[in-house]
Amino acid sequence: MSKGVAITGMGIISAIGNNVAENYDALIKANKGISRVKKIKTNHVNDIMVGEISFTNGEFEQQLHLSSDNNYSRTAFLGTVAAKEAIESAGITDIDAYKTGLISATSVGGMDMTERYFYDYLEDNTTQKYIEGHHAGDSTQKIAEQLGIEKSLVTTISTACSSAANAIMLGARLIKSGQLDRVIVGGADCLSKFTINGFKTLMILSDTYNTPFDENRKGLNLGEAAAFLVLESDAVVQAENKTVLAYVKGYGNANDAYHQTASSDNGDGAFLAMEKALKIADYTPDDIDYINAHGTATGNNDLSEGRAIIRVFGENVPDFSSTKAYTGHTLAAAGAIEAVYSVLALQNNVIYPNLNFKTQMKEFDITPQCQLKEKPLNTVMSNSFGFGGNCSTIIFSKEQ
Amino acid sequence: MKQVFINSVGSISAQKTFDNNAFLNDVVDYEDHVISVIDPNYKDYIPPAAARRMAKGIKMGVVASKIALQDAGLENVDAIITGTGMGCVRDSEKFVSAIIDNDEQYLTPTSFIQSTHNTVGGQIALELQCKGYNFTYVHASNSFESALLDAKLQLENDEERNILIGGVDELGDHTVAIHKLINHVKPEAVKSSNLLESNSVGAVFSEGANFFVLSNEKEASTYAKVAAVKLFNTLPKSDVALTAVEFLAENNLEVADVDILILGCNGDIEFDGYYSELQSETFKNTQQIYYKHLCGEFNTASSFGFWLASKILKLQSIPEVVKLNNLKNSSFKTILLYNQYRGENHSFTLLKQC
Repeated sequence: MSKGVAITGMGIISAIGNNVAENYDALIKANKGISRVKKIKTNHVNDIMVGEISFTNGEFEQQLHLSSDNNYSRTAFLGTVAAKEAIESAGITDIDAYKTGLISATSVGGMDMTERYFYDYLEDNTTQKYIEGHHAGDSTQKIAEQLGIEKSLVTTISTACSSAANAIMLGARLIKSGQLDRVIVGGADCLSKFTINGFKTLMILSDTYNTPFDENRKGLNLGEAAAFLVLESDAVVQAENKTVLAYVKGYGNANDAYHQTASSDNGDGAFLAMEKALKIADYTPDDIDYINAHGTATGNNDLSEGRAIIRVFGENVPDFSSTKAYTGHTLAAAGAIEAVYSVLALQNNVIYPNLNFKTQMKEFDITPQCQLKEKPLNTVMSNSFGFGGNCSTIIFSKEQ
Repeated sequence: MKQVFINSVGSISAQKTFDNNAFLNDVVDYEDHVISVIDPNYKDYIPPAAARRMAKGIKMGVVASKIALQDAGLENVDAIITGTGMGCVRDSEKFVSAIIDNDEQYLTPTSFIQSTHNTVGGQIALELQCKGYNFTYVHASNSFESALLDAKLQLENDEERNILIGGVDELGDHTVAIHKLINHVKPEAVKSSNLLESNSVGAVFSEGANFFVLSNEKEASTYAKVAAVKLFNTLPKSDVALTAVEFLAENNLEVADVDILILGCNGDIEFDGYYSELQSETFKNTQQIYYKHLCGEFNTASSFGFWLASKILKLQSIPEVVKLNNLKNSSFKTILLYNQYRGENHSFTLLKQC
């Protein structure tokens, strides 16, 4: 269990860009991708703001050269685009050259088509092709097919908003244990009426730009996105003389066991996840240079996460910020989106501003980093928390 | 590397499997397209008020895991890993139809919350107050096997000592109705005992929850040892037999070492051919058994096969009702399981007697 887990490629599509370069550019220029929802017809259009990707499904179909009888959900489109960029950036030309698997994450899956054709399925057989595309594993199977991954380990994780962080965690385990030489890990979720209305009933959607860690935060903005990382073993890195972007150094998952949708006041689950990740990395809290927080801008999350961070780091909380103000909360994809942002932070030695912050929270005195900050970074901690008490932390490092 | 043991089982299925003292001695022969589970008395395990609020999948999952914990003599576990193809699908259906029927108005959060795929795993953690690792895999017919693989890796590496794993799926009316339209559900009612002679497309849909405590410590309660599990997203029919033989070889075994082959055939004439690849040639001299006539088909039905294998290895007997041939009736040391659904997401699992 002492082997390294190298990140050798990454791909992303989000509301702030259609690839890694566009996302980085928006991050350092403080350009957020939050607007009124355009592609989904909802009564809540004026009550919410979202992080929506500009391409239509038809445009994705063309980009991917799919015939019109395809049954791709938007989740599958987003996932395929990001996973292909990841493979390309890792310089992979022969996917079969090494034992390669795919671990994806989603919470919405094919729900966008299910909610569109729910009753039509019963009458209109031209819509029925989407029935098989509903289940969460379907988009993963399609991404695997698009990457040419056959006869291999392909699976899907769905633990709500920590899903993609957990996909990275499983991927790291599979590399360390030698089950796979190479694994593509990440997640994809599209916007849907289902999640818009679901979060609306929970009354945690902001009617304006989300403001992580602000005293007057009003809730989250939903977003759609996909991101994937290529993880490779030391042996592959050596044999192929690969450029390593960063390493997956530590990871931890714990359960808050407090409430199905709310986090505990003291952030027990979050605390345990961060502690576990530090232990796996063999780090002390002092070794962390930057925390990319979960920071959804809901009253509950930011308080619970902030308290958990203080419990782990005490008086010496490192620079931290949430990038949810840029992308919205991309649910199951969030852990992968923020993994890409964490790696970019390490590569460029920058900390992204926590946008829209105005007022210090009164419950504690830690304040997010609000301006772009250049500083040598060796390690970044990324948090992702979800319903069902699911709490995950990944630590990325420059050095193995 | 540590060994991985199955220390307990808890099963809720279309058969009366919730009683660990029985072993398929009272089998129900259904005649239907869709079969539901035989419910245990849920109130014996959860307070009635709580049980009423719970979705069927949560109720089955929570109770099957309590049975498994009891069977292992444990109060808690270190981690919980769940497999589910569709999660609490009734609540998904309920929330979607409410959105459409009421034009996005008058919605309440309960069905949205319960529709989240990791609700069952989260609820088990809440019930047990288990703050450990908690994952949910949602990859069609490989959902349960993904959970098994994850637990096996962690136990081998001694990261945890006792891990609760399980497969759970519930039936939903709309889901069944639309899957009938695309011929995934059998067009005619089929008698369970004649499932493999149905000569029609589709499967008999069902539901269930099968949970197990896996451990890297052997206990008095131990059923069997998990030797290996391997997942394949795709596998051409022509590769199935060779892949099975390779899988055995990776575990230093030959075909002759396999005492029982457990197959996931479900009577779908379009896809049972994958199982014939093993049945008719490579393993023709091996004792073969099947189980989906008893538990029906669902994304985590293979967890019932895993339950069956565990029971056989512990009790050293095969119930007549699952036999496909009659070649061996004692001294069962090694069982190979093979499952797939509609030609995708294949798995091979190897269990050994302890």
